[in-house]
Amino acid sequence: MSIQEFLQHMANGTSLGSLYALIAIGYTLVYGILRLINFAHGEIFMLGAYIAYYGIIFTPLPWWLVFILASVLTGLVGLLLEKLAYKPLRSSPRITILISAIGASFLLQNLSILVFGGRPKAFPSPDILNGILNIRGVSVASISIIIPIVTIILLVILTFLIKKTKTGMAMRALSKDYEAASLMGIDINKVISFTFFIGSFLAAVGGIMWGVKYPQLVPHMGMMPGLKCFIAAVIGGIGNITGAVIGGFILGLGEIMLIAFLPTLTGYRDAFAFILLIVILLIKPTGLMGEKIAEKV
Amino acid sequence: MKKSLLLVMCTVLVVALLSGCAQSTSTSGGGDSDVIKIGVFEPMTGANAAGGEMTVEGIELAHKKVGEVLGKKVELVVVDNKSDKVEAANAASKLIEQDKVVAIIGSYGSSLSMAAGDIVKNMQVPAVGCSPTNPLVTLNNDYYFRVCFIDPFQGTVMANYAFNELGAKKAAIIQDVQNDYSVGLSTYFAESFKSLTGDDNSIVATTSYNAGDQDFTAQLTSVKGLNPDVIFAPGNYGESALLIKQARDLGIDAPFLGGDTWESPEFLSIGGDAVEGIVYSSHFTSEAPVTEVSETFLAEYKEEFGQDANAFAALGYDAYMLVIDAIERANSADSNAIRDAIAETAGFVGATGNISLDANGDAVKSAVINQVQGGKFIYLTTVEP
Repeated sequence: MSIQEFLQHMANGTSLGSLYALIAIGYTLVYGILRLINFAHGEIFMLGAYIAYYGIIFTPLPWWLVFILASVLTGLVGLLLEKLAYKPLRSSPRITILISAIGASFLLQNLSILVFGGRPKAFPSPDILNGILNIRGVSVASISIIIPIVTIILLVILTFLIKKTKTGMAMRALSKDYEAASLMGIDINKVISFTFFIGSFLAAVGGIMWGVKYPQLVPHMGMMPGLKCFIAAVIGGIGNITGAVIGGFILGLGEIMLIAFLPTLTGYRDAFAFILLIVILLIKPTGLMGEKIAEKV
Repeated sequence: MKKSLLLVMCTVLVVALLSGCAQSTSTSGGGDSDVIKIGVFEPMTGANAAGGEMTVEGIELAHKKVGEVLGKKVELVVVDNKSDKVEAANAASKLIEQDKVVAIIGSYGSSLSMAAGDIVKNMQVPAVGCSPTNPLVTLNNDYYFRVCFIDPFQGTVMANYAFNELGAKKAAIIQDVQNDYSVGLSTYFAESFKSLTGDDNSIVATTSYNAGDQDFTAQLTSVKGLNPDVIFAPGNYGESALLIKQARDLGIDAPFLGGDTWESPEFLSIGGDAVEGIVYSSHFTSEAPVTEVSETFLAEYKEEFGQDANAFAALGYDAYMLVIDAIERANSADSNAIRDAIAETAGFVGATGNISLDANGDAVKSAVINQVQGGKFIYLTTVEP
């Protein structure tokens, strides 16, 4: 393998990894605050891409505005999902909410088949995002540079939001102790809604970026990325936002390198993520960046 | 309160799961005794959705034209097999056990057809595939037939094209390992390309991906380093279009060759400029009608759908007409009698050509070679077997 080929593989891996990282942030955020694994995250991701698709096709708005509006709209869908599927179960055992999340995921997927149809749609990605940069024989799509930048910007904003703002403080309080936080005058419903909005907004950004990079929309497109980004979040330490980013990159680079160096194992690409998950759970169950979480009694 | 909510959520979950199960739609009702039921299992959702839908269009067009046989109404029972092998097997058993169909048409996708192979064989209901091209679909199965050619022929056609027309000496293969069609076609292409070049090392790489993958950059980067003259990459239209797009982004300018599955509008819309110039083999082209039935079919299709017919619609049309023809010749709606009549098919004039079934139940027909030019599928040439 030439140096150039290796660098190309690195570029490919980083580009895929940053996409995983972007989606994993939303996953980990919702878990970190609410201790809820939102299994419908992948479907929110898919909805984000579809909403952006219809926005570009049916409105005269510029693409960047459509992307922003679609993300906000998807955020609201996430908020609605929380109200319908999770809020009524808030005092139930956690497993009930988990089952509800799985149900919501199936429901959204099948509704999408009904509404959007089973045939794939070509995402009309704007030309400006589809440029190719050639750096000494290594080809990098401009979207592959934009995605990590977007990821890092969102990461910084989110960290600021959680660490420095009042809402962020409320979110952190909620993650520590639900009841005590409400006794301290925190409007739990508002904070949870906000968390879901942000989480779904992030999923939508991921979905749209995914659509630009891989311009094929299908109703089940969120399933595998959803699962993999959940794994990325666990690898990084679920609940830890920086960890999710690191986990995403590990997963993306790992997948590409697996195929690059062991081409005969290409068929096990998806299995790789799961094996990595098992290894992490065996060695460091809290994930790379995870802290020991005291189980609430 | 909590319990009732739990109940609601469980109901939602069950509804969600059920709505995912195979849904069947009957196109006409009526009493049982004066109705002959023909089952159709095709992928209407999932990775092969476009191919399945186009096939069903052709089948329904034919059903609209000939809705009666032996003085009885024909009822089509269409089931979505969701591009999934397990669903395909379930769909076939549902059609036979629940709907009591006398014959089955389908499916797009060799893997999906093969998944139903043992079921139709054991239940003794004949099945006629429209476009599954893998030889294993009909091999050792007296109840599976097809109206299309098979991959050893298709693979040879493309290898010949690569060697003779493109002057290629080195080829790389990128296949979908979960897809019997893709793997089979790649194998036949490799065999015949090796014998044409007389060089056992003329296939410089055989790399794989999985159906559903979106990122092929790792495989393509490795292939790029080997500098092949041509890349043969048969697979689903969606994945293939993404793959070719990513190849062009990585600076690979070798020509891409593929098989009949590429013929779908989605291949063009997803691939965009990247798929310009690609070449693939197919069953039929609206630009070169082969029989008088082709002419009427093309006219009927255009009237119904407002556009030119594609290969899959034509094959669906032929499969339905062949089954009706067999029922007439058998003069019976008994599955075994129909099977025998299908097996004896010779010189049946279809939209895609003259169909005679060989000992395996495969049609021996010519192939056409098409190219993408200006965002359209353009006919290049016809290849006789």
